[in-house]
Amino acid sequence: MREIVFWAMAIAAVVTAWRVFRADSMVRAAYWLMASFVAVGVILVLLGAEFLGLVLLLMMAGEMTIMAVFMVMFMMNPAGLNPMTMVHQHRTSIVAGVVAFAGLAGVGILGRFPDARVSEPDRATAQLGGELLGDSMLVFETAGVALLATMIGALAIASSKGRYGGADEGSAPPELGRAGEPPTTKAGERDTGEQRAGQHEAEDEHAGHGGTMSGMEM
Amino acid sequence: MSTQVLLVLAAPLFGIGVYGALSQQSFVMIMMGLELMLNGAILAAATFWSLSAGGTPKGQLLAVVVMAVMAVEAAMGFALVVNVYRIRKADITEKLKALRG
Repeated sequence: MREIVFWAMAIAAVVTAWRVFRADSMVRAAYWLMASFVAVGVILVLLGAEFLGLVLLLMMAGEMTIMAVFMVMFMMNPAGLNPMTMVHQHRTSIVAGVVAFAGLAGVGILGRFPDARVSEPDRATAQLGGELLGDSMLVFETAGVALLATMIGALAIASSKGRYGGADEGSAPPELGRAGEPPTTKAGERDTGEQRAGQHEAEDEHAGHGGTMSGMEM
Repeated sequence: MSTQVLLVLAAPLFGIGVYGALSQQSFVMIMMGLELMLNGAILAAATFWSLSAGGTPKGQLLAVVVMAVMAVEAAMGFALVVNVYRIRKADITEKLKALRG
C-alpha cells in the first residue's frame, strides 16, 4: 500500500512539475506547482517526516494562493483563454535542465550512500523539536531573524511612500551632467510617486543632456 | 522506496526548475522555477535524513532551513516584482534592459 501511494505521488510530482511550464494560464501554473508540492509533502510523510511534510503543505498552500493573486494582478492572460508561450533562450534552457537532471540522477544512481534508516520513527517530530530548541537553537533563531529582516526589507522595497515622504526622498540621481557637474534636481521637489516615476522615465530619455530636470512635469 | 529511487525522483524536479528559471519571461514564472528547484532539494534532504543518515534530527533541520530560504525568496521576489512594476510597468524580463532606476 505504501509503495502504491509512493509511486503514485512520485509520478504526480514530476508530471505536475512539468505541467507548470506547459499550462496556458499562469494561475493554473501556480496550482500545478502547488500540486507538485502536495505530492512531495505526501512523500515526506511516507518517509517519516510528518512535521516537515505538513509544514510544506501549509506553507505552499498560502504561497501559491498569493502567487495566483499576483498573476491576476500583474500578468497578461491570467485566465488561459489563449494559448500562451512566453519563453526565451528555449533550447539552451532545455539543455541546461536535461544536464542538471542527468547529473543529479547520475549521482543518485552511481553514488554509494550508507544504508541507515530512521532509528526511532515514532519520535522523529519530538527529536526535531528538541533539536530546534536545543543544540541547533542558533540556526533556528538565525532563520527567524532572517525572516524578520525579509519582512522589513520586502515592505521597504514594495512600499512607495513611507510615513514622511517618498522612498527616494533626499536621494540624488546618480548620473552627472555633460560638463560633469552634479544634477541640480532637489529631491524635495518630487511630490507624488507617479510624478517621480514619470521623472525617472524622462531622465532616461534625456540622459546626457544635463541633469536639470526640476521643471519637468508629466 | 530506496535512496536511489528517491534521489532519481528529486533530479527531474530540480531539472524542470532549472529549465523554468532559465526559459520563462515572466518574473513570477521564474520564481516558480526557483521554488521547484528547492522542492527537489527538500525531497533529497528528507531522503538522506530518512534512509541514509539514521534519522539524525539535523537532517530535518536542514529541510527547515531550506523552507526558510523558500519563504525569503518568495517574499523578496514579490516585493521586487511590485517595485519594478510600479516604476517600469514591466512584468517580463525583456522589458528590463537596464537595472538602473
